[in-house]
Amino acid sequence: MHKTIDQINERIRDGTARVVTAEEMPAIVAELGEEGALKEVDVVTTGTFGAMCSSGAFLNFGHAEPPIRMERIWLNNVEAYGGLAAVDTYIGATQQSDTREEQYGGAHVIEDLVSGKSVELRASSRGTDCYPRRTITTDLLLENLNQAIMCNPRNAYQRYNAATNSTEHILHTYMGVLLPNCGNVSFSGAGVLNPISNDPKLRLIGSGVPIFLCGAQGMVIGEGTQHSPAGGFGTLMVTGDLKEMSPDYLRAATMTGYGVTLYVGLGIPLPVLDIDVVRATAVRDEDIFVDLLDYGVPSRSRPMLRKVSYAELRSGAIELNGEEIRTSSLSSFRKAREVAMELKRRVESGAMQLALPTRLIDSKKPVKSMHESTKGPRVLDIMDRQVVSIGEDEEIRTAAKKLLKGDTNHLPVINSDNILVGIVTTFDISKAVANPGKAHLVKDIMRTKVITTTPDEAVDIAVQKLEKNNISALPVVDGENHVIALLTAMDLGKLFGGRWLK
Amino acid sequence: MKLLVTFSRKKGSKPIIAQVVRDTGVLINVERAIIDSSEGEALIDVPDDQCELVRNTMINLGANVHTLEHGISVNESECIDCGACVSICPREVFSLDSHWKLQLAEEKCVICGKCIEACPQQALTLPI
Repeated sequence: MHKTIDQINERIRDGTARVVTAEEMPAIVAELGEEGALKEVDVVTTGTFGAMCSSGAFLNFGHAEPPIRMERIWLNNVEAYGGLAAVDTYIGATQQSDTREEQYGGAHVIEDLVSGKSVELRASSRGTDCYPRRTITTDLLLENLNQAIMCNPRNAYQRYNAATNSTEHILHTYMGVLLPNCGNVSFSGAGVLNPISNDPKLRLIGSGVPIFLCGAQGMVIGEGTQHSPAGGFGTLMVTGDLKEMSPDYLRAATMTGYGVTLYVGLGIPLPVLDIDVVRATAVRDEDIFVDLLDYGVPSRSRPMLRKVSYAELRSGAIELNGEEIRTSSLSSFRKAREVAMELKRRVESGAMQLALPTRLIDSKKPVKSMHESTKGPRVLDIMDRQVVSIGEDEEIRTAAKKLLKGDTNHLPVINSDNILVGIVTTFDISKAVANPGKAHLVKDIMRTKVITTTPDEAVDIAVQKLEKNNISALPVVDGENHVIALLTAMDLGKLFGGRWLK
Repeated sequence: MKLLVTFSRKKGSKPIIAQVVRDTGVLINVERAIIDSSEGEALIDVPDDQCELVRNTMINLGANVHTLEHGISVNESECIDCGACVSICPREVFSLDSHWKLQLAEEKCVICGKCIEACPQQALTLPI
């Protein structure tokens, strides 16, 4: 048996369509069987409500008198794109205010407009024969704009990896606050309610398909940026009219220490055409797995600690290395449910009909990393190879002499096998001399917790280590922990000598 | 009842809390304390009926005492019930109920403020 989209739309118009949410569907399939569910259910509604950074809106302000071709544009001191003609702009959600930084940004401008608040437009221009005006400042309401069209390049991630932090420092990330020593796990995504997870082969979700977007009836444009369904990370590019949206389903937010983002409420109604749709929409939180990644490693390829399902993540705690770690969701499941329920009401009431894609989205595409034609500076490019080190059994006085002679403030300490075991600084020596006590040998006063770098490490990562630990030098070690050089704050000056900055 | 006690240590370092325990006989539960060379701040929990006694004794010893009627509070119109705060709180004040709505066990709160920066919606505020 199968149904056509026309039959389903006819039932929606008649008010006889059976609409359920993707959360209700698994139980219905379990009870009625696949054939039974196909006969019973016409539409499955999905919903998600989470931080979707890659969002924004095209705005058209109408022409001023005399007219201006705006080149630099600010909305409530948040810069908007000025590379479009005359009085068009694109305001990106993550752009931060020039004055309030991460406390206010493009997402807040969008939320303020949707909430009916006035927003100050400020723009400047060189002035041309046809557009003589050079500056403008005016307060605008959403209703004053000709168009305000949300257009989000990357929304509705099919799933998202969970995050934890193995380092000893607290991390502020787009995955929220990550406590030290794997103190918590954060995750995002609506799991059972996620649109693409209910249509992983992308048979139903594609260009032109009507959706719920922040309260408006929007539309799928096509695949989102970084769309990577091969790895289970499909994304969608979507659009909708800001003027039809509601602040109930659109919220500006700040991830402390990371920046501004926009919480977007998005739902897609899926027509139950055949058994394959029934099977896909029967997916449960237990069936959807993500990788738990260590965000303590500042690299594109973060180590995967384990696989974990949305059911486990949502239970409040997961197990890692025999320990129970509490979980936090960044997206709101309650709001995702609200989106799916509201979408259900709209379809049931006939306010929204369904359509099949006018163009299908690739369901097997992988994502590529950036092609980097030049490498950024690495530690080996600027490190000081004339490193002076000292044995752990040497006297403190010898260390003082070495510091003076070597014209350095840091002495890596090595053991008899030439392995790095500690570090002493001018400060440590001065302290030992000023407060003479039992300490005579370097090993009595050295710091044994040494933060190190390697020749291959990117300078930016090494700089982060210096900043985070409030230190001014890193011993550079090889694979066997032999000290081969020292990287000091002074070496960073070499970056400004014209070798890397052009 | 929770009391936030602040005291200066400039004129020496009197063991204020210990002295209050000895003088009043009330068993004070210190939930959080930050004491450095110049000042100290402690969040203490005392039985309601002995609150006034402890409070007055502390004030007499030169401390400032602030009675805390509430713990952390959530602005319902800003909160979206994501749960970002849930795993951050060391005292498990926050949880999501069966409708995935945020619930607070305010009495467990020790006013550490760790949840505040974890909230993407800036919906959480301290009582002081």
